[in-house]
Amino acid sequence: MAPQILDRNLHVRAIDAYIDPSVPRERAIITHGHADHARSGHGAVLATPDTIAIMKVRYGEDCAGRFEPLDFGVPLQIDDVTITFFPAGHILGSAQVLVEQAGQRVVITGDYKRLHDRTAQPYELVECDLLVTEATFGLPVFQHPHPRDEIARLLKSVADQPERSHLVGCYALGKSQRVIALLRDAGWDQPIYLHGAMLRLCALYEELGVTLGDLRPALDVPKAQLAGQIVIAPPSAIRDRWSRRFPDPVTCQASGWMSVKQRARQALVELPLVISDHCDWGELQQTIRETKAETVWVTHGREDALVYWCRSQGLQAEPLNIQGFEDDGGEGAEE
Amino acid sequence: MKRFAQLLELLALTPSRTRKLTALTQYFREVPDPDRGYALAVLTGALTFRNVKPALLKETVLREVDETLFAMSYDYVGDLGETIALIWPHHGDKGGLPRQEDLPGKGDLPGLTELIGLFNTTSKSELPKLIAGLLTQAEINERWALVKLATGALRIGVSARLAKTALAEMSGVPVQEIEEVWHGLKAPYLDLFAWLDGKAGRPDIDQSARFHPLMLSNPIDEEKDLGKLDPKDFSAEWKWDGIRVQLVLGGGTVSLFSRTGDDIAAAFPDVVENVHGRAVLDGELLVGKDFAPGTFNDLQQRLNKKVASAKHLRESPAFIRVYDMLFDGREDVRALGWTARRARLEAWFAANPQTRLDLSEVLPFTDWDDLGRQRRQGADEHGHEGVMIKLRTSPYVPGRPKGFWFKWKRDPNVVDAVLMYAQRGHGKRSSFYSDYTFGVWKGNEIVPIGKAYFGFTDEELKLLDKWIRANTLASFGPVREVKKELVFEVAFDSAQESTRHKSGVALRFPRISRIRWDKPASEAATLDDMAVFVGAT
Repeated sequence: MAPQILDRNLHVRAIDAYIDPSVPRERAIITHGHADHARSGHGAVLATPDTIAIMKVRYGEDCAGRFEPLDFGVPLQIDDVTITFFPAGHILGSAQVLVEQAGQRVVITGDYKRLHDRTAQPYELVECDLLVTEATFGLPVFQHPHPRDEIARLLKSVADQPERSHLVGCYALGKSQRVIALLRDAGWDQPIYLHGAMLRLCALYEELGVTLGDLRPALDVPKAQLAGQIVIAPPSAIRDRWSRRFPDPVTCQASGWMSVKQRARQALVELPLVISDHCDWGELQQTIRETKAETVWVTHGREDALVYWCRSQGLQAEPLNIQGFEDDGGEGAEE
Repeated sequence: MKRFAQLLELLALTPSRTRKLTALTQYFREVPDPDRGYALAVLTGALTFRNVKPALLKETVLREVDETLFAMSYDYVGDLGETIALIWPHHGDKGGLPRQEDLPGKGDLPGLTELIGLFNTTSKSELPKLIAGLLTQAEINERWALVKLATGALRIGVSARLAKTALAEMSGVPVQEIEEVWHGLKAPYLDLFAWLDGKAGRPDIDQSARFHPLMLSNPIDEEKDLGKLDPKDFSAEWKWDGIRVQLVLGGGTVSLFSRTGDDIAAAFPDVVENVHGRAVLDGELLVGKDFAPGTFNDLQQRLNKKVASAKHLRESPAFIRVYDMLFDGREDVRALGWTARRARLEAWFAANPQTRLDLSEVLPFTDWDDLGRQRRQGADEHGHEGVMIKLRTSPYVPGRPKGFWFKWKRDPNVVDAVLMYAQRGHGKRSSFYSDYTFGVWKGNEIVPIGKAYFGFTDEELKLLDKWIRANTLASFGPVREVKKELVFEVAFDSAQESTRHKSGVALRFPRISRIRWDKPASEAATLDDMAVFVGAT
């Protein structure tokens, strides 16, 4: 039975390895580089080469005892267990983990999205018996618009208010690079200015083959020169003193949470951009159907609603209530 | 509708008042009649629909969306209108629209005026179909605006005052003059806009027979204000614990308005059928026999009824304690000083004997210390809310002018209570646990004594929200029961016996004055401690 392969702490029993553990473990399988999934201090880390590169940039070369890179689609046999990574489409290097044992297939999605994003390897559907999915946007109110339309709104606002600078709040890893890539693909060829926290990771993306165009540090650029320009910064910085160096900034934020206007108001966001690196409600349902899984475990997010829906479809489903993965999109969480 | 949706979104998301004003001014300048007039009505809350109500929208949505998922979503989003706009599952499907041939344009929603027309003229049985069609046809932002329009709950941080200020900016007419005529006008305000555009004179309204905006007071700061004010310049009265009303005696017609201008005459026939003379009076509506005010609770019973029952009329007769006069006969006396208006009021009472009106007495006092003593004594012995202090030379100015009227409220009672349940807030506080039920000890258990909204800084709210999430015992929909460990210092104006609360006690105007992170729950108050407050009123 599938549940015997994996327990509810995402522990692969036969090989004693934990997936995205929140405390240091002897053996860890890391789905992607966000801080709530990838932590330092594990003994051995199995991850995609891109995820390992991201961890090393964020936490240092020796943030784990040993790194074991595993490419997408390459099965790794350990005793009678086979581990294979498949792209999750969430950020660069993000993987779903397929664990096979005795003819049973378990897929742990990590965070994932289905929509095309040239800064991440495109999501691949993996059929399985047990699907362990996230539910960050697991409520029917989340119906993400197409990011192209959101970027068009940003560019229109820039064109309409050339005397102001647009400060776009984005998480440093993943969202920033995606927004930059979307801007480039929409034809924005001006320099894009970056908060210091973005620089290293954007450079890494470039190194790993994701072209982002002319990026410059926002520091020390004369105020007047930033009118009509786009600046990318972490969400915390756009409401901080840091933002005062910009001419009459329009506070923007790129996040799936931004579809809720009351949330945008609370966060003092003047131009909310609904750009998410997670599945919306429809995509979560689609994925669950397409994987043909008979059992669904929900790791984190709006798990009650997704579990309720799965059960209404005749599936076995339960919430795992995993602590430490994002809670409610609070300030500290990464998407 | 697109333009109106854009305006609403900008108003909701722009924190800057100046930018909001600019957007409103621009809208009123550029959008033609009658659209701009209807927009003004929506923004000032002057528009209501007989059949289009939040419940109807919810019902329409629940035909398409699972009820449990809807409830979970509403709990998460915290705003009914926004939940409906976001959850609607059909997009851009133009098929099956009712009355599609009547809708102007292809693919676009009807304009604001047409929409309002449709809401008003569509029969009750056809409305769900109409609304479903419109929701499907709308873009996401239009859908949001559409639902806001239909539910009437805007929650976009724009007051009626701001909208009128924009009209003033657009036209150069002072906002006070706009306020003056406002309550005599109706959507879509063609006469108002004609006047503001300079194309017609000021709208002609019978000034003595309509609602006039009230004059409001400012709370006094004992340390800052009292030293600067000369007691000889002021008159004092009790602050009555009823509801503020304006009685318009039009000579043959009688209207009774709440402080916001709602006509509440139907609920108080015992007053409106028994008053005589011609005047516009300002006072406090109270219930009780022989001009002896009962509790606010007694009044509440009557306020909750649209039409008064015979029992209420018998047991809780209403009367108005009058403290000011805006019109003496047909004459506008608002420009006179308080002393002169008071003299007019006393003369008017002498000439028009009343059985349902009496005069609020003037309290003699020598200095602020003396008045402070009376205030405490009045609170302790008679449960008075405090005293009002009025500058003798002040004219009657609508709004809340500075320096004329002050309220000096009684010191609040405080009690240390234990947090029991928390509920997510709505509107600005949506998704935070910002609505709290608290209780006191009754033997070994905690029994609830009241409920209050968040009254802290954003920082404290976040800490509290975190504590609640970490200390949840059980969830019931949007409500969490928490460990009985956190103590709140709760301030309240008074306590009453209550059959609705398990504790038998209900607090009036409870607010949480401090979070006592330091205090163990075992040291919180007991029900016995509450008895002294209940006896006080």
